[in-house]
Amino acid sequence: MSVAEPSPPRLEMRGITKRYPGVIANNRINLDVRAGEIHALLGENGAGKTTLMNILFGLARPNEGEILLDGNPVQIADPADAISRGIGMVHQHFMLIPVLTVAENILLGAETMANSIFLDRREARRRIIELGKRFGFEVDPDARVETLSVGWQQRVEILKALYREARILVLDEPTAVLTPQETVEIFAVLRRLAAEGHSIIFISHKLYEVLEIADRITVIRRGEVVGTRQPSETNEDDLAALMVGREVQLAVDRGTSHPAEPVLTVENLTVKSDRGQEEVRGVSFTVRAGEILGIAGVAGNGQDELVEAITGLRSSNGGTVSLAGQNITGWSVRERREHGLGYVPGDRQKYGLVLGFPISDNLVLTRYYHRPFTRGVQRQDAAIEQWAQEKIKEFDIRTPSAAVSAGTLSGGNQQKVIVAREFSRDLQLLVLDQPTRGLDVGSIEFIHKQAIGKRDAGTGILLVSAELDEILELSDRIAVMYRGEIVALVDGRPTANKEEIGLLMATGGRAPAAGPPSGTSGQAGTTTDMPIKGETS
Amino acid sequence: MISRPRSYVGRVVVPALSILLALLVASVLIIASGLIGPEKKADLLLPLVAYRSLLVGSFGSLKGIANMIVAATPLMLTGLAVGVGLKAGLFNIGATGQVLTGGFTAALIGVLVADAPPLIAIPVALLGGMLAGALAGFIPGFLKAYTGAHEVVTTIMLNAVIQLLVSGLVNDVFRAPGFSFARTAPVGNATLTGAGNTTLHLGVLFAVICIPISYWLLWRTTVGFEIRAVGANPTAALYAGMKPRRMMILTMSLCGAFAGLAGAIEILRLGYYPAVFGTSIGFDGITVALLGQAHPIGIMLSAILLGAMRAGAPLMQIQARVPVEIIDVIQGVILIFLAAEIVVRRIFRLRTPSAGAGELQTITRTYGEKVVG
Repeated sequence: MSVAEPSPPRLEMRGITKRYPGVIANNRINLDVRAGEIHALLGENGAGKTTLMNILFGLARPNEGEILLDGNPVQIADPADAISRGIGMVHQHFMLIPVLTVAENILLGAETMANSIFLDRREARRRIIELGKRFGFEVDPDARVETLSVGWQQRVEILKALYREARILVLDEPTAVLTPQETVEIFAVLRRLAAEGHSIIFISHKLYEVLEIADRITVIRRGEVVGTRQPSETNEDDLAALMVGREVQLAVDRGTSHPAEPVLTVENLTVKSDRGQEEVRGVSFTVRAGEILGIAGVAGNGQDELVEAITGLRSSNGGTVSLAGQNITGWSVRERREHGLGYVPGDRQKYGLVLGFPISDNLVLTRYYHRPFTRGVQRQDAAIEQWAQEKIKEFDIRTPSAAVSAGTLSGGNQQKVIVAREFSRDLQLLVLDQPTRGLDVGSIEFIHKQAIGKRDAGTGILLVSAELDEILELSDRIAVMYRGEIVALVDGRPTANKEEIGLLMATGGRAPAAGPPSGTSGQAGTTTDMPIKGETS
Repeated sequence: MISRPRSYVGRVVVPALSILLALLVASVLIIASGLIGPEKKADLLLPLVAYRSLLVGSFGSLKGIANMIVAATPLMLTGLAVGVGLKAGLFNIGATGQVLTGGFTAALIGVLVADAPPLIAIPVALLGGMLAGALAGFIPGFLKAYTGAHEVVTTIMLNAVIQLLVSGLVNDVFRAPGFSFARTAPVGNATLTGAGNTTLHLGVLFAVICIPISYWLLWRTTVGFEIRAVGANPTAALYAGMKPRRMMILTMSLCGAFAGLAGAIEILRLGYYPAVFGTSIGFDGITVALLGQAHPIGIMLSAILLGAMRAGAPLMQIQARVPVEIIDVIQGVILIFLAAEIVVRRIFRLRTPSAGAGELQTITRTYGEKVVG
């Protein structure tokens, strides 16, 4: 059966080139997105995904190339122009005003007016409720945004775009801030939107996610399109190789560990949150030299408080922490570090780096008061610079110089700065909290290899991660944390069973409320009914 | 990749353009002032005449230069009192109170050492004023560190407390007999007298030395590294094992010491503490610090600029018949443009800096924030 002239794609970007001084961010990029399609844009940090989307949204002007909507060439002047042409953007960091209600946030900038002075709130509410019903996520228009979970805030962002009648929806790393449960839910929303004829551009660097959600996947590397695939004809290894430009070991070879004497002993530890709630309840475990102990658990089950109590950022409310045989429970952060504690914090921008400081200063942030970086009271800039040069080379930190501020680096390179700083010491214990969150596969591979290397050199490693795959890949032993307690302690692979651990993470080992984990991805936490305690930003 | 030499240029461009814009705004006022002047006409060249006489008045003669330096001296110090605080993420509005504390203490000590040789009396009185100023800075620093009381609020309140306390003491306990108005006894040999037939005095040396010292402290020592780290990211400082609370107290005390020295210099120049020590150097320090981008070198240059305007103003009033108050207007407008940096960038189509929080953000950012540590 012959088909007549096929209708043009909803969106077509042809030969888009964008040059910045010294860099070509986009080089003759072609991208087409059909009606009702979920099109994933996959690429490492800094590959040019964001630049391309900024061009689509009118935030940047291309040097060459054209944009066609439904086959008609258009010039997009600014975001208001983009919105009026039916393009909606959901940023990774939400653009919501926490103290306003859902309806007020949605109306802001697209006010539905009753007359020239007053808003038509009733009509606005009606439309919001109707949209929610149509796409299967009903939000209370009168709820204040700050009271909503991160997942629901994201839905408000999507509603904002739909309210402005977006037909092309761009989502920039939408799952980065979500729990596995929320990810499953947002995927359902996206499928519903696509089924209704919306086109969705889904930006990500998580391979399994794009394989699960996308109809087509376009991979960008160093500003160029290196391939477009359908999920059925590709797999994670293939995509990773396309993205990075070489074969990537998605699973590093852990080898065998040779655990020796305990370096960290936690006994009966109890820790309260800022709000006075007991987040860690009588936890006990040990980490031995030369092994990696992984703490698995859905975010918000007391891992943050546990890590902070071990590293000295938070005081504990009972129990003891011992490092290399010495009780360090009441010690300061600095005393613990001096005793052989290294720490890669979960929030690299809040704790790990001073973004306004040069890379060199950040590389000595925890060691600046030691020789050779200091003599007497004076900093030794030459020694700091030399150290920085060495570390930049050794850890492959991509930067024009050691003098640029850490804030100008990509997330992966920022994390490498922290890893370089924390790994380059003789350590008893290394605490890795979400060491690869938000990083691309190349950086993840690098950091995993470094961690194994450190373990083989005899350091005990405590790994905390919300990514069960990461825990399984690296850990010699796995502790599962649920509601402030360690509910299971099992050996790592090959003994460990992903489904079993996922179930423990979701239910704490009690009888599950619903059936076995749903979905093909085997993601943990899909059946959990517990409240998500993640912080709202 | 591209290197970024922009940072230094960027730091100078906005202040320079703010000055330019302020001079333009003031020009309009100067022209308008001609309308209500004796000649009742708008002279479009009047601003040029006025600015020229400002320059001549401050740089045109040795005497003028000396006056300019003497006027810039306390501004340099109060500029540091605000600027060093900004580096630690603290907005010290208490320079006024710290100036009064330092001045008053220097006056009291000056009386005690009035008969000692000047080279002993002066440093002792200045040092005393500095320490007293440090104490006045310590109080809000301590309150911030251990109770979370915001320094903007506590320093403003302390300004009033100190002002009333000192004036009460001058009017009563320390009132010197034999004068028709309330004042303290003369400081004798501790008086800062002019050298030769200029107004240059020994205090200038003390103030100027503080500029390289602060630069060295902030960028060449570990303590300075900690101060800047706490200011730029207090949680990261905590993570790195620094003591943010201790740094806050230390920095506020240091700020107070600078302001205290400024007050001591001004009082020793006068020779006694008057019933009302009306001085704007405390608040002018905010303009100086912001104009100087909280950098010691920038603070020095800004203080010289403001000092020059103060020193040249009398000649401007004589030659151009423009009231000296126009200087306050210029200074105020500079501050507005600095605070509204985004407006300046819009007018001149400059790019917004991408990374690294500016000092101005300190002012708004830290308000109401929980103290870490």
